[in-house]
Amino acid sequence: MTASPHDRTDTPPRLVLSGISKSFPGVKANDDISFSVKPGEIHALLGENGAGKSTLVKIIYGVQQADSGDISWDGKPVSIPSPKAARRLGIGMVFQHFSLFDAMTVIENIALGLDEAVDRDELKTRVAKVLQSYSLPLDPEREVHTLSVGERQRIEIVRCLLQKPKLLIMDEPTSVLTPQEVERLFETLRQIASEGCSILYISHKLHEIKALCDTATILRAGRVVATCDPRQETTRRMAELMIGAELRQIENAHSGRIGKRRLIVSGLSLHGEPPFGTSLRDISFEARAGEILGIAGVAGNGQAELLGALSGERLSAVPNAIMLDGKSVGSEGAGERRSAGLACVPEERNGHAAVPDFSLAENAILTARYRLPLAPRGFIRLGAVRRFAQAVIGRFDVRTTGPGSPARSLSGGNLQKFIMGREIGQEPGVLVVSQPTWGVDAGAAAAIRQALVDLAAKGSAVVVISQDLDELLELADRLSVINEGRLSPPRPVAELAIDEIGLMMGGIHGAAQPEGAPPHA
Amino acid sequence: MLEWRRRREPSRAMLYLSPLIAIALTMVTGAMVFTAMGYDGLTAVFDFFLVPFLEPHRWPDLGVKAAPLVMIALGLAIGFRANVWNIGAEGQYIMGAIAGTGVALATYEMSGWWILPAMALAGILGGMAWAAVPALLRVRLQVSEILTSLMLTYVAVQVLYYLVRGPWKDPDGFNFPQTRMFTADQTLPVVIPETLVHLGIPLALVIAVIAWLVLEKTTAGYAVKVVGLAPAAARHGGFSAERTTWVTLLIGGGLAGLAGIFEAAGPFSQLTPQFPVGYGFTAIIVAFLGRLHPLGIVLGGVVLAATYVGGEIAQTTVRLPQAATGMFQAMLLFFLLATDVLVRYRIAFSARPAKVVSR
Ligand SMILES: Nc1ncnc2c1ncn2[C@@H]1O[C@H](COP(=O)(O)OP(=O)(O)OP(=O)(O)O)[C@@H](O)[C@H]1O
Ligand SMILES: [Mg+2]
Repeated sequence: MTASPHDRTDTPPRLVLSGISKSFPGVKANDDISFSVKPGEIHALLGENGAGKSTLVKIIYGVQQADSGDISWDGKPVSIPSPKAARRLGIGMVFQHFSLFDAMTVIENIALGLDEAVDRDELKTRVAKVLQSYSLPLDPEREVHTLSVGERQRIEIVRCLLQKPKLLIMDEPTSVLTPQEVERLFETLRQIASEGCSILYISHKLHEIKALCDTATILRAGRVVATCDPRQETTRRMAELMIGAELRQIENAHSGRIGKRRLIVSGLSLHGEPPFGTSLRDISFEARAGEILGIAGVAGNGQAELLGALSGERLSAVPNAIMLDGKSVGSEGAGERRSAGLACVPEERNGHAAVPDFSLAENAILTARYRLPLAPRGFIRLGAVRRFAQAVIGRFDVRTTGPGSPARSLSGGNLQKFIMGREIGQEPGVLVVSQPTWGVDAGAAAAIRQALVDLAAKGSAVVVISQDLDELLELADRLSVINEGRLSPPRPVAELAIDEIGLMMGGIHGAAQPEGAPPHA
Repeated sequence: MLEWRRRREPSRAMLYLSPLIAIALTMVTGAMVFTAMGYDGLTAVFDFFLVPFLEPHRWPDLGVKAAPLVMIALGLAIGFRANVWNIGAEGQYIMGAIAGTGVALATYEMSGWWILPAMALAGILGGMAWAAVPALLRVRLQVSEILTSLMLTYVAVQVLYYLVRGPWKDPDGFNFPQTRMFTADQTLPVVIPETLVHLGIPLALVIAVIAWLVLEKTTAGYAVKVVGLAPAAARHGGFSAERTTWVTLLIGGGLAGLAGIFEAAGPFSQLTPQFPVGYGFTAIIVAFLGRLHPLGIVLGGVVLAATYVGGEIAQTTVRLPQAATGMFQAMLLFFLLATDVLVRYRIAFSARPAKVVSR
């Protein structure tokens, strides 16, 4: 069934792409891309935001069709008109956004994703076999909403493995995992590859690529610019190949000039929204002018609820649970809070931080109209709106055809850059952001982090909620961990070791933990 | 082989073309159906859709019928954009007429320029009051406004019947179930002498332009669109979905009520049991035919007005039953919804089944 590793040399490559091109209105997303993937190879696809990585793997998986170019599979030319056809060839894909039903069990979700109907008992034994042979910890009878992100991802992986794939595609699989979960995932992937399955792996985290991949193809603006062996290259050199220039080092402008307390949260409790919301329990912290406070934690521990409570999307019954520059804002709506200087960026871009069907200019109005004169007395000033959107595009190097393009046409990272730019550009007194560099490439991530540091240096208080520990350690002055709706007291970052925080985040979630125990050891 | 292929992007061309395709399909199908039933189908379709436009003396009538359709549809479209599905405009239209007529009957022996504005205001408030019930029920108890607004329509019809047969019956009217005729101060002035063209027609156009400006150029219009497209983003941007539900339902009810009192104070000059002719329902078709866009709605209103005018023509020329108007309107809505698929999908004529190399 699968090629054994020792006859790799005389077997044809698993996948050969030659001259793949794909255009969207105004951009050439893929431009004459050719490379091949050998059986059992872990092949990285690197590139800046908008370089065309997602577009390319969507073509391979049959979600989109190339304008020109050929694909050959195990030495034979093929056309892949749909994901179903791709799966029939033996191609599996794990998307960054999982398509799982929260209210169903793991096994029910797996059954729903299969192309053919499989008897329930037979499916159970097949799933159990896959879980066992890859030693994946996952309970098939658990309901999905009780699972961590890493466990949810395992469902998608099991779904693919059941089809005995010969090529597994993973688009940014680790951006939401804890370090321990990433390590587990890598062990699984290495085992899958050792059995002859090829893996096409997209990530912006270059040290992961070094640790995992055999070969890397680097894309820039839709073209292949280099192929390298990531084990032989430094992360810095790979980043420079990606952006075609030297990488900027982030300068820590915030050197102890910590000022007055701008945001004080005390005893904030809020019931989770049914059915699966996490309740916030007695959250207290403060953020001072000039500092960056980091909030670490595994997804689903109350981050979304905390952001909603701070942004005013959900109101607190106690007005002074949230104090902004000495003013109680706990019972004020999102608009009042923004006018008072509190800006928030939720984690989800599409449909929450931005409206996919609106243009970038229209998306600028969504949150920026409170602090900037974009719509005085309710009348939208289109000129001012376009100028502001254009300024954000320019300052944050958003790759797009202009302020008139719909938000949904931007690559994930570019939309994130636009949203961050929209908020930072308003110079808020307090900025709370969730996953500020989610899906953003190394160069742009550095630019966004620099902008956050600069904002703090100008006297704003910045709160960063993130699962990316490296990011928090690089940015934050103090760090808290959120776990099951509780926030640990912030501690200066200098005192903390990365393993310790990783354990605080990852070791506790879902495990039996005595009520009220502090999340840190 | 024929198959549906999902488009990568919704087609803009189809967005505007599909209403035209729907109209063409309605005409073809209508001709076939009426021919099969033994009528002169071609003439029927010709009379229905073309004669109202070809004969200039019918244009005033076209305008008179388009005006209420456009007014109501504008209000409905604003709600539909915000995902507020008020389908009880007919009831709000009747209630507006009733409230305005109440003012007319109370001012029967008075005169003055203020009477007509007072009737219009009462009409707007009557329609709003009727729409406020579904708004309250949806915001407070999450009851679907689709059901409540529709059911209230039947209540409004019964209120109308009760009034014209009971307390509001014309004392000098030989016991006919109808109110007194309105006086000169209570009827809509005619803007083009010697025709039926009343003040409501230019006013409907003005309202369309205002609606367009509000939707495109103000944060209020922005709120409507963002609440409809992405509720979570709306909340994030500080727009309240509850407030939008209230405002859009009140606007929809107010405009329907205004159309109602204009119809009572215009073509009817009184209230009778024949007053409700289904404009409130037809306006739903107008809103969709006009793509929920104010200027499209003006065009859609004229097309559906033609089915009323043409229906009357075809009744005399080819003896089509009156119900034919309703049939054409229903067909139009049916084809409109059906051709909407073309915006997201395209038809591919491929003989080649998806080619996959077998393993
Ligand atoms: N449906 C679409 N319509 C128009 N343009 C698109 C569409 N999908 C992608 N693009 C454009 O194609 C280019 C490549 O996008 P793609 O999503 O492949 O980038 P990416 O390398 O995956 O970036 P990221 O790292 O940010 O996810 C971008 O310029 C993007 O704006
Ligand atoms: Mg991508």
